[in-house]
Amino acid sequence: MRSVSIIGAGCTKFGERWDVSLRDMIAEAGVMAIGDAEITGEQIDALYVGNMSGGRFIEQEHIGALIADCAGLSRLHLPSTRVEAACASGGLALRQAVLAVASGYSDIVIAAGVEKMTDVSSGTAADALASAADREWECFFGATFPALYAMIAKLHMRRYGTTNEQMAQVAVKNHHHACMNPIAQYHMEITVDDVFKSPMVADPLHILDCSPISDGAAALVLAPTDMARSFSEDPIKIIGCAQASDTLALHDRRDLTTLDATVHAGRAAFAQAGIEPRAVDVAEVHDCFTIAEILAIEDLGFVEKGQGGKAIGEGTTALGGPLPINTSGGLKACGHPVGATGIKQAYEIVLQLRGKAGKRQVDEAEIGLAHNVGGSGGTALVHIFSR
Amino acid sequence: MTNQAPRFWRSIPQRYNLSGTHCTCCNEYFFPPRNLCPNCRRGAHMEDYTFKGTGTVITNTTIYNATEDFERLTPYNLAIIQLDEGPKITGQIVSSSANVKIGMRVKAVFRILGKEGDKGIIYYGTKFAPLIEPSCSEKSRR
Repeated sequence: MRSVSIIGAGCTKFGERWDVSLRDMIAEAGVMAIGDAEITGEQIDALYVGNMSGGRFIEQEHIGALIADCAGLSRLHLPSTRVEAACASGGLALRQAVLAVASGYSDIVIAAGVEKMTDVSSGTAADALASAADREWECFFGATFPALYAMIAKLHMRRYGTTNEQMAQVAVKNHHHACMNPIAQYHMEITVDDVFKSPMVADPLHILDCSPISDGAAALVLAPTDMARSFSEDPIKIIGCAQASDTLALHDRRDLTTLDATVHAGRAAFAQAGIEPRAVDVAEVHDCFTIAEILAIEDLGFVEKGQGGKAIGEGTTALGGPLPINTSGGLKACGHPVGATGIKQAYEIVLQLRGKAGKRQVDEAEIGLAHNVGGSGGTALVHIFSR
Repeated sequence: MTNQAPRFWRSIPQRYNLSGTHCTCCNEYFFPPRNLCPNCRRGAHMEDYTFKGTGTVITNTTIYNATEDFERLTPYNLAIIQLDEGPKITGQIVSSSANVKIGMRVKAVFRILGKEGDKGIIYYGTKFAPLIEPSCSEKSRR
C-alpha cells in the first residue's frame, strides 16, 4: 500500500446559503481545492463525493456525475462516485479516495462532500435526518435523532455523573472557537445560561445542545506521498484511516453510553499510525450533539470512560488547553451540512497542520485527528494526519 | 409522509405483537425475530417466541420537538426498554413525563401510533405503560 497525502483543500462558507445551490457550492469548494493543489483537471484520475440525502433535500440523486459536471470535468469522462453513510458520508468519501490512491489504482483523486439542507422545511429536514436511524424499529415508534442522543445523555449522566452544565460547556466552547473561523455558520458567543434557557428539544438536550441544519461543501485533493512534494510545498500525510460499523438501532448496542464503532475505528487508526491518543495535538470530533463530543473524547481514548464531562469542564479541550477539540467550531457552531462535515473536519486539520488556522491556530500542531460518525453510531470513521 | 400506505400496512406482525425468536442452544431471545442466531450460526435451533411484554426502562427522554408525523403528540415520552427475556426495544411510554424514570417497570400495550389527518390511514403498534403490580396487568387496560 502506498502512503497518501493531501495536496489541496477547499471549503465553502457554512450556513443558511439561500443565495446558492448545491451545484454552486460543490463547484466553489472544488475550484478552491484544485487551485490550492495547483493541478489541472486533466491530472485528476477519480472523484468521490459524500452526500447523505440529495434525494430528500433537493430531490436530486446521481450526485457523483453531477459534481464532475459542475466542476467542468464532464468532457474528461472521469469516474465519479457518490458514497453514503448518513452523517459520516464525507469521512467515507475521504476513505474511498485514500483507498484508491493507496492501492495504486489512481494517483490524483478528489474527496469531496456536499449537502444542501435548507431548501426544505425543518420538519422535512428532521425526517430526512431520521432516516439515519432505524426507520422501522426506532422512528416508527416516534424516535427522533435528538431523542436518541438524549437517551444516551441521560444514561451517561446517571452512570458517570456527567452534568447538564458540562454538556452546555461543549456548546459554549465550540461557539467560541467558531467566532475565530471565517467559514463558520455562527459567529456568536453563547453562555451556559443561554443553553439552559433555549427551548428543550428532547430532555436533557436543549436546542443549543444540537448542531444546526446547514448548507456547505468541502473538497480535498489526494496524491501518493512520494509525488506530493512536486505539487505542494506543505502536503499533509494521512497516517491512519479506519472505518467501523455497529448496529443501526441504538437499543441493540452492547453499551448505550459507548459508540463501539468509534472505539474500533479509533484503535485501528492509532495502530496504523503507530501512535498513542496522547500524541494528537488537535482533533475534530463528531459533536452532532454536545453529549456526542463527550462520548467521542472517551471512545477515542483521549480520556478515560466517564471522564469526558469532567475534561470539558476543566477546559482540557478548549483552544489553549492540552488537547484542543473542534477548533473549527465543530458541527455545533461551524455547521453540519451532513455530507460535507467529514471533509470539512479534514480541511480544518489541514489548516492547523499547515499553520494557517489564523486566530484559532494551535501552536506547533504536528498530528491531527478527524472523527466522523453516521447516525447514532452505526458507522464511524477516524483519520489521523501528520505534517 | 402522506400517501405511503404500503409502508405502514405492509405485513409486519412484530409491530402488533411482541413476537420474536428464541435460540434453544444458547438461550438468547431476539426481537425483532432473527432466523439465524449470531452466537450459534448454523448450529442454532430457533423457535418462535411471544414475549411476555414486561420490561424495565433502561433510559428515557421527553420529546418536545418531533418529526412531522409525531408533532401533534408532543411532548411525549420515549424510552429504551429491556424486556424481561433480554432484548432491548425503543418505544413510547404512555404516562406523565414526571413519572417516567430509569429502572421503572413497564408492560407492552397496543395503541394507535399515528394517523394521517382525518381521512388518512391509521397505524398501530406497541407502546408501554407503567406496570404497577404484575398481578394487575390483565386489568389495567386503558
